[in-house]
Amino acid sequence: MATTDTTVPAAAVEPAAPAKPAGAWLGPVGLAALAAVLIAVPFFAEGFFVFQTTKILYYAISIMGLNLLTGINGQFSLGHGAFVAVGAYVTAVLVEFYGMNFIATLPICALVCFCFGFLFGFPALRLEGIYLALATFALAVATPQILKLSPLEGITGGVQGIYLFSPTFGEPPVPSWFPVQQLFGVDEFDAGTYWVYVVTLAVAAAVYWLLTNLVKSRTGRAMMAIRDNPIAARSMGVDARFYKTMAFGISAAVVGVAGGLAAASTKFVAPDSFTFFLSVSLLVGLVVGGVGWLPGAIVGGAFIVFVPNYAEEISKGLSGAFFGVFLILMIYVAPNGVGGLIRAAAGRLKRSG
Amino acid sequence: MTFTRTALATTAAAALMAGAAAAQTVVGVTDASIKIGSINPYSGPASAYGQIGETIDKCFEMVNAGGGINGRTIDFIAYDDGYQPPRTVEQARKLVESDKVALIFQALGTPTNSAIHRYMNARKVPHLFVATGASKWGDPENYPWTMGWQPNYPTEAKIYAKYIQDNLPDAKIAILYQNDDYGKDYLNGFKEGLGDAASQIVSEMPYEVADPTVDSQVISMKASGADVFFNITTPKFAAQAIKKAHEIDWNPTHFLNNVSISVGSVLKPAGLEASKGLITVGYQMDPTDPQFADHPERVEWVEFMNEWYPDGDQTSSFTAYGWAACQTMIHVLEQSGDDLSRENIMEQAANIRNLRVPMLLPGITINTSPTDFNPIESMQLQRFNGESWELFGDLIGAESS
Repeated sequence: MATTDTTVPAAAVEPAAPAKPAGAWLGPVGLAALAAVLIAVPFFAEGFFVFQTTKILYYAISIMGLNLLTGINGQFSLGHGAFVAVGAYVTAVLVEFYGMNFIATLPICALVCFCFGFLFGFPALRLEGIYLALATFALAVATPQILKLSPLEGITGGVQGIYLFSPTFGEPPVPSWFPVQQLFGVDEFDAGTYWVYVVTLAVAAAVYWLLTNLVKSRTGRAMMAIRDNPIAARSMGVDARFYKTMAFGISAAVVGVAGGLAAASTKFVAPDSFTFFLSVSLLVGLVVGGVGWLPGAIVGGAFIVFVPNYAEEISKGLSGAFFGVFLILMIYVAPNGVGGLIRAAAGRLKRSG
Repeated sequence: MTFTRTALATTAAAALMAGAAAAQTVVGVTDASIKIGSINPYSGPASAYGQIGETIDKCFEMVNAGGGINGRTIDFIAYDDGYQPPRTVEQARKLVESDKVALIFQALGTPTNSAIHRYMNARKVPHLFVATGASKWGDPENYPWTMGWQPNYPTEAKIYAKYIQDNLPDAKIAILYQNDDYGKDYLNGFKEGLGDAASQIVSEMPYEVADPTVDSQVISMKASGADVFFNITTPKFAAQAIKKAHEIDWNPTHFLNNVSISVGSVLKPAGLEASKGLITVGYQMDPTDPQFADHPERVEWVEFMNEWYPDGDQTSSFTAYGWAACQTMIHVLEQSGDDLSRENIMEQAANIRNLRVPMLLPGITINTSPTDFNPIESMQLQRFNGESWELFGDLIGAESS
């Protein structure tokens, strides 16, 4: 971690404005390094790794969305897998049955999920903490079953789900203006995988930029005020109803976009892809990355993609148990997630200076 | 500049020629080994089938100990997908793109294989002898890289339909089925077989793989007054349904689909007394059937199990299935000789003539051709007598020549 680099004298980062914490420079540097690595991935990695990194990125987008709701606004959700499902199905249906480009479906995913999330935000107003967790849990459990309902089979494909990109035999079409094959040196089979990666990375960057700005804005401060002390916030004139439902809506929209990208990357959607386990995975990713800290999403995403695979390599029969062990270790080492770990390290830097 | 241009043209021509020569793709093969991938449900609701993958693993270990096939050992890489289609997609990509296997063999499950059906064909990677009986695996025209192995579900369902019409003309029929491609394949084949008699179906109950039990479905089927029960379920649910029907004293003529006829994994947990009288069709020797006790193929299988897979269940039809499927794969590799390109492996798989595979019912052989991607196509009715399956009637076949 760059945070342990003590060769830089702490005095050098002594802020002029006292509001800026020590180690504030670490943020931009870390982000730039991360961006460089992510941009380098398709140039050096082979198809399968690019596919996995795409998965990390769309999980990271979902986790950022969840973070806005849970970390920034303080509302619990055990049901964000449902919004991933809605987004994925919107993309799948529009691409497969209406021949749209998957990129063009992403704003529609956001819109549809925003409406769903906004509407769900109203009953959520009456539910606090653990009761809201239960209500969203119901949403997560109900979604796969609703997708299987026979009246909806015409749209959702029922239990069998939908295979995307039929005209191109299951590969996302690559635009002619972006030289995917030449740029990354891959064959026509892999081009789709690399293109989806490029799009996902761009969307992840855009979502990160939008959400950091949102959090810094008046709206973000209102959301945090509601999280920290709802009564004080209300007495200051913050419209809690509005901000809470908005937080739900925006959070769902972001997660829906991630769902659309997931559908384009997996090229297949089925109800069993969006079980309750997905919602829990997102929550695990959120906690591992750090609640309330947006960049942690990428760490959370990597955790929920790689750790189950490592667990399986250790033991096929006990993969779940090993995943649990890793999770407990993680919580023991970094009780506030990776974000907490970094903040603690930055704090130590400041004290030593 | 002319020089460069000529050089370029030459290079391009050479590349083109190399391209033509390299129409044969050899991946995952060295002089010493061949990499074969597989995807099985070692965890999750269908984990009983995990034994098939385990058996194949042990079978290849045995082959390797004996020097391999044509001097090559088999590097068998099997991953767990927990019977979840998205996991199957990920594992298939890992096998093809990261592990670079020559082929994927015996991936198990209908929804799971469906999820990778197109991918395997787009990549032109042999997707051989899938462990599912859906009818769609035998479609060489549209999916020339995918091949089934066991008899397909609609064919099996039609045999039950015919038996019911011949022997139980006044039947009131109840059907329990898994709500997916596999269940519907059986259901549609069965209705097609019944024809007009489909009106005798009084109850059709679906269940989801994720359901904990099928108890409520069994209770409502009993309430429908049905006296014939067609049980289209995977092992866990088959055992539950047999047990529940017995508990609530519902005793219809009970037809059980072939995918769940394992005595060890299904009938024992359900209760052997409760399983008495079940009717199914089979294509495999039941390892517990005393009439095959001294059959040389069974003796050989028991020797294999004792030496290589001592923890394996010798009463389970799944371990016998794994053994038979493994022998089919070995045959294709032997027949491919030294040309282990993906094209040739596929060509040899589609060119099997009268191959006798151990532990199939006496008289059944495997035949394939470029237009026939259904390896096993003969079956025989059998009834459970409380201890083992007893064959009756003749071999019923749709074997194309």
